[in-house]
Amino acid sequence: MTPVTQTRPIRLTVNRIPRQLDAAPHHTLLSLLRDDLGLTGTKACCLVGECGACTVSLNGRIVDSCLVLAVEADGAEVTTIEGLSTDGQLTRLQQAFLEQGAVQCGYCSPGQVMAARDLLAQIPHPTVGEIREGMVGNLCRCGCYEQITDAVLAAVEAADR
Amino acid sequence: MNGVVGTSAQRVGGPARVSGAYRYVGDIRLQNVLHAKLVTLDCARARIRSIDTSAAERVPGVRLVMTAADLPQPVPRFGPQFSDRPVLAVAETKYHGEPVAAVAADTEHAAEEAARLVRVDYEELPAVFTIAAALAPGAPLVQDPALRPGDPLAGTNVLREHRFGWGDIDVPPSDLVVEGTYTFPMVTHFAIEPHGFMAAPDGDGVVVWSSIQHPYWLQKTIAEMLRLPLAKVQVLAPDPGGGFGGKQHAKYEPLVTFMALRAGRPVRLILTLEETFQAGRRSSTEIRVRTGFCSDGTIAFREVDANYLLGAYADIADRVVDKGSYFSCGPYRVPAARIVARSVLSHTPPSTAFRGFGTPQVVWAAESNMNEAARLLGIDPLELRLRNLARSGEAFIPGDTPADGEWEQTVRKAAQLIGWDRPMPAGRGRGIAVGIKSGPTTGLSYSTVRLLADGSAIVYAGTSDMGQGARTVFNQIVAEELGIPIDRITMVMGDTSVVPYDQQTSASRSTVLMGNAVLQACREIQAKLRAMAARLHGITDSAIEVGHGTIRLPDRQIPITAVLKRGLGPLGGEVIGNGESRKEAQPGHPLSGSAAFYEFNCTAVEAEVDEGTGEIALVRHVSVSDVGKMINPLQVRGQEEGAAVQGLGHTLMEHYILDESGRIRNLGAIDYRIPTSMDLPLDLRSDVIENADGPGPYGAKGMSEGGLLAVAAAVAAAVTDATGAVIRDLPLTPERVWRALSERPRPATAAGQRLQLAIAASR
Repeated sequence: MTPVTQTRPIRLTVNRIPRQLDAAPHHTLLSLLRDDLGLTGTKACCLVGECGACTVSLNGRIVDSCLVLAVEADGAEVTTIEGLSTDGQLTRLQQAFLEQGAVQCGYCSPGQVMAARDLLAQIPHPTVGEIREGMVGNLCRCGCYEQITDAVLAAVEAADR
Repeated sequence: MNGVVGTSAQRVGGPARVSGAYRYVGDIRLQNVLHAKLVTLDCARARIRSIDTSAAERVPGVRLVMTAADLPQPVPRFGPQFSDRPVLAVAETKYHGEPVAAVAADTEHAAEEAARLVRVDYEELPAVFTIAAALAPGAPLVQDPALRPGDPLAGTNVLREHRFGWGDIDVPPSDLVVEGTYTFPMVTHFAIEPHGFMAAPDGDGVVVWSSIQHPYWLQKTIAEMLRLPLAKVQVLAPDPGGGFGGKQHAKYEPLVTFMALRAGRPVRLILTLEETFQAGRRSSTEIRVRTGFCSDGTIAFREVDANYLLGAYADIADRVVDKGSYFSCGPYRVPAARIVARSVLSHTPPSTAFRGFGTPQVVWAAESNMNEAARLLGIDPLELRLRNLARSGEAFIPGDTPADGEWEQTVRKAAQLIGWDRPMPAGRGRGIAVGIKSGPTTGLSYSTVRLLADGSAIVYAGTSDMGQGARTVFNQIVAEELGIPIDRITMVMGDTSVVPYDQQTSASRSTVLMGNAVLQACREIQAKLRAMAARLHGITDSAIEVGHGTIRLPDRQIPITAVLKRGLGPLGGEVIGNGESRKEAQPGHPLSGSAAFYEFNCTAVEAEVDEGTGEIALVRHVSVSDVGKMINPLQVRGQEEGAAVQGLGHTLMEHYILDESGRIRNLGAIDYRIPTSMDLPLDLRSDVIENADGPGPYGAKGMSEGGLLAVAAAVAAAVTDATGAVIRDLPLTPERVWRALSERPRPATAAGQRLQLAIAASR
């Protein structure tokens, strides 16, 4: 009746740093990042893949890290919010979030930024409709959706300048 | 002014949020911490026969399994209004999700596993989940009458009945009486950060971490329960990741504190989203409104009978009923009023404060009633409001704070922005509604500002910055008054052992009450600088002015930093200013205190309804609030539009669905929908009225709840305007709208008729 937790060694690259860890079969990528690596910038909320707070990039595309098992990330390249700025400087997109007032309580912001970054990688010049559709998986209870859309547009504009 | 107040300074603390560096409660990692998990039953009300913890205790890593028997006896109870809520359920659970035990273990996994292995032998008992069932004769009682000694209502599920009124509603003659009953569902805050709590023994005291809006109230609660001096209870309150009222009062902090003391180690409990649904919600309501009108549209009287469905414990919800229902007559001149509002207990999760504090339910009912009246009177809904709106300075509620704004300007601006006078496009409808909410009725905020030797400053303020941007606002006030660049100011918040007392962060009070305390602290520093400069230059204080970073002598200006350097002398040091801002209680007032200010909002929408599916498409949504003076326009817009989006939640989609055992069937993010980026109006815009007529710094009023108040009534009115269907129940889901359309006797408006014809033609 007591669970015997068999762990398995996995290797992955997180924010350009190679990591080797022992992952339990039930362990999610979210808990690996937060609990084992202390990367708490990735947030936990619904744990069922609906809110987007735990959004990270896995092999170049975003996932809800609460829905990915840690063992599934074996061999993967993971980028979290902590991996975006290279020299302590915010990215253009992060700066645009602040300038447009797209951050209120900030709890969903890391996930929003990761989702917006992925959207711009897919669609470099999105329309308002494409932004709203592309960001639909990231809930913001403060209701900053208009400002988040503005931030994505502003980041595109800044990139074009 | 110096040009800092009134500008859109970027959110202080923003970079840490967009980079993931900010540590919310759940991000803090303590050495040696135990992870806690709650044990709950699969029904609402049950008699607990026995609890067997032996299997749970055998799970490796489990350090503590706590039941009510392990707590001091009688089991301590707490609550902001009534000490009614036990730390763990005693003998009986009263709602689905009420913990009967809790486990603490070395790992989260072990705690979860052990929690599943706690065996509870229980028997489900008859329970009440609706207003009708709770008020029925012979209904099972939610609260033990022994907890309510001397209370004539103790033998019922009515916790309290609130009565307000003035004039005689039976006297004024009226030409038309409009009556309806309007319902509002149970909805929940759904802050994206689930509640998080930690506690640790600390010498002869305790430290408690919580994502709480009222850290000082929590400090008092814990101190009283543990019989500790306040000075031995330190509350650390990192910024909440969204609060909206749901994080005002203690939830599981008492439990984790008792667990930490028993285990002798820090204990951490982070709720799941599902558990936060069970930790707090908004009261559902059934509100009957009966309003008498003269044929010219002036209100003759209003009678309101309101039932608010509370949960099993009161939390702050009875105060919500009190304060919300008191404003049942809205911002109007109403010569006679009779208001009865009941706090009805039920076997459901406790309801509590939620943005609007009981007012959104009242505004939904009262403004829907106004819109129905406009149709029956044949008066334009905009005109009906303008005819009855209280004018600035008018005592619209006898004995209370008179109207503190030019509210007509707000209404006219909203009408102008929505294009009220423009011809209606085919198939669309427009709706308008106003909302008024009282600011705090009492309050006390202290602030300390330290101007350091190099001209930088540290500001202490006990407000919780949960997204409203309080830190930024206070920074801007200090920057304005002392001429310091914002990046040379540090804010200290969220630690009761360091930061002076603040009563609470609620009722949109902080810009006004704490803002005034910060302003006063800055003014004290200015006075000290004046005295310093006078001493240095051998002139009198009165010949010197201080402002905007400079000291003005009769013949020249000197930077504050220069005076500081010379004035402080070789030992250095600092100049300290203290501020205190009070809103006193008023004995005899129906709410024990008048409104510090009012939040006044007008919302107008233009909508289309899909007659085939009942789906509402919001084409335009306009929200205008009277804010007195914007300290930070970017943040004001964020609050106003954020409130509007949140209001669309309870208007269009949100509601708890309970089953026959009182379980929430749509528990969690999959089945309980909140607005996403795809649910926005096609065009959402906000605006403000600024007449600098508020009691806060530079004429500011509190804001951030106003934009939510009138959303539902405005949207429902637009649906009626477009289709002729009158709906008195929320949310306006496609199914409900579709049913209303199919039950509609005939299209009642030209727009509706046009739409019917268009549909017929297209078939």
